[in-house]
Amino acid sequence: MTSTAPPTARATPARRRRTPRDRGMNRAFRLVSTGSGALILAVLAAVAIFLVARAWPALTTPGAEIAQDVGWFPADASFLSFVGPLVFGTLLAAVLALVMAVPLSIGIALFISHYAPRRLATALGYAVDLLAAIPSVVYGLWGAMTLVGFVGPIWEWLASFLGWIPLFEGPAATPARVMLTAAVVLAVMILPIITAVCREVFLQTPKLHEEAALALGATRWEMIRTAVLPFARSGIVSGAMLGLGRALGETMAVLMILSPGFLYSFAILQAGQQQTIAANIAAQYADAAPIGVSTLIATGLALFVITMAVNMAARAIVARRKDFSGAN
Amino acid sequence: MKLSRFSRVGAAAVATGALALTLTACGSDDPVGSTGGSDAPSEASELSGELNGAGSSAQEAAMDAWRAGFQSANGDVTVNYDPVGSGGGVTQFLKGGVAFAGSDAALSDDEVAEAKSVCLDGDVIELPVYISPIAVVFNLEGVDSLNLDAATIGKIFDGKITTWNDPAIADQNPDVDLPDTAITPVHRSDESGTTKNFTDYLAKAGADGWPYEADKVFPVEGGQSAKGTSGIIQTVTGGQGTISYADSSQAGDLGTVAIKVGDEYVAHSPEGAAAIVDTSPRVEGRGEFDFAMELDRTSTDPSTYPLVLVTYDIACATYEDQATADLVKGLFSYIVSEEGQQAAASAAGSAPISDTLRTNAQAGIDAISAKS
Repeated sequence: MTSTAPPTARATPARRRRTPRDRGMNRAFRLVSTGSGALILAVLAAVAIFLVARAWPALTTPGAEIAQDVGWFPADASFLSFVGPLVFGTLLAAVLALVMAVPLSIGIALFISHYAPRRLATALGYAVDLLAAIPSVVYGLWGAMTLVGFVGPIWEWLASFLGWIPLFEGPAATPARVMLTAAVVLAVMILPIITAVCREVFLQTPKLHEEAALALGATRWEMIRTAVLPFARSGIVSGAMLGLGRALGETMAVLMILSPGFLYSFAILQAGQQQTIAANIAAQYADAAPIGVSTLIATGLALFVITMAVNMAARAIVARRKDFSGAN
Repeated sequence: MKLSRFSRVGAAAVATGALALTLTACGSDDPVGSTGGSDAPSEASELSGELNGAGSSAQEAAMDAWRAGFQSANGDVTVNYDPVGSGGGVTQFLKGGVAFAGSDAALSDDEVAEAKSVCLDGDVIELPVYISPIAVVFNLEGVDSLNLDAATIGKIFDGKITTWNDPAIADQNPDVDLPDTAITPVHRSDESGTTKNFTDYLAKAGADGWPYEADKVFPVEGGQSAKGTSGIIQTVTGGQGTISYADSSQAGDLGTVAIKVGDEYVAHSPEGAAAIVDTSPRVEGRGEFDFAMELDRTSTDPSTYPLVLVTYDIACATYEDQATADLVKGLFSYIVSEEGQQAAASAAGSAPISDTLRTNAQAGIDAISAKS
């Protein structure tokens, strides 16, 4: 990339401030935007400080003492052995949702960007965006009241024919208040955001690349495979990470659908096996004693750290891939 | 214009805040909160001021009905109730943060001793004002009612009995055609007074069928669970062969279990629930008006239904200022009155307390006074 601006244009801010044009609205706008940028950092820092400060009592109190005051805290556990299964459950739910949602999203986005007639594409785009506008509590209600009954027989079938895979180990629970059902709802919830990102990236594929592929005799599928997907790879990853972020923190839907348990278990068709951090906080917060609240906030801190790590990893992947994406 | 309106709102807010501050502590002697506070006990309709309570969320719906009824009878009174949970409510009460507490367990001996200081060396008054029968509900096609003893129910919830046509169930229900459907027990996933009373019943009446102690958190690991009574009902309805426990008012169309009391099987009823509170002995060594009950789960009297949830309203017999004493007195009198109990019954599906208990409780309420 060649820069058109000479390096001297990026001279020290001190000099810029003294230029006669940095006055009035110009100056005000610069301050406002700088302030906005600083504010977001301040908010993030405030949240982090709050989490650490409120979680501190739970982190420093021995598990046995917490268990005395808090009914749901296992008597022989330390904080780490308490939060471990929750982290596991959170990651399992999010990964399952992602595994289901990403291929589907790519398919929808490709259909909208490269296959559908223009009118249909617009309508479908709106419909997908609309999915994002549905509140999660509605998804939870739908999942708990309708989907649970609908998927029950399917899960039973899975358990009886694919039960030899640890993931689908039976017997399938009735009603199907299990991890797989929750993951399906999570997948539907993160579908719109991943689809929207993918669609935008697919549409930005340079027309020249596509036409070149077609001119060389590629079919439409080959064109997508050789021109569109490589170009969009980093976009797909960042879309997936955005979805993962939402799936990690989703509360209401999981709370209403899943029968919680605190095990390191891959049995996603059985009830009472896993629980996510966010749903656990919502379930136990209302009646918790002070040290219980602190324990829950400490699990929230763990979720905060996980989400940050995931987002930073995504950033790193996107940044690394940028050079090889074929965008240049 | 704008400014003046602003300041009026501001003044009102400050006044409200001041009221809240003065009355949050029952040991407060600041008279700002009590315009109706006089030395003579005032009539109910002359009450005014603000009263704060906190505690059990189980009686939240009933307390809402009581607050509404009491406030509409006394226009100048504001009653606040924060459903923080029994533990939180009792803690706030013992620290003097609220004037009364709701709790789904009676105070422990230690807590009664602790209450001495906040109650100015007076007695603490505990009234079992909210009685709710707990129904064992199930969803099994073609079966509306089953007869089970506590040991069998315990084994079902412990996962020891796994099919509906198990001999233990069939023997007690010779007239019912039981399918071989698997049993799915459902429990509360959140801490709950309902769970505590249910497990208490199983532990005391269930003999060898239930090896656990009473606990707010369901002691058996794994299995189906749901948050709140509504979640329980939804889960039981959504499955086949499911069984759980819930406030009887929420049982709806689900099948319910008649539990074995003595030699008979008794279905849940408000009368049976009120009767068990009457026949249960009081906790010994307490004050005259401390109606803490030792619920008789193993009752053999078939007119009683021992699987009940009882929550108490807890107050001091002595308050620092007359206004608070009058307000507590007024509110509690309304709660135990026939009208108040009926309001709770229609709002929360609780069982109205008996006339005997009402008479006793009223005597306790009349003893509430300000420090002289």
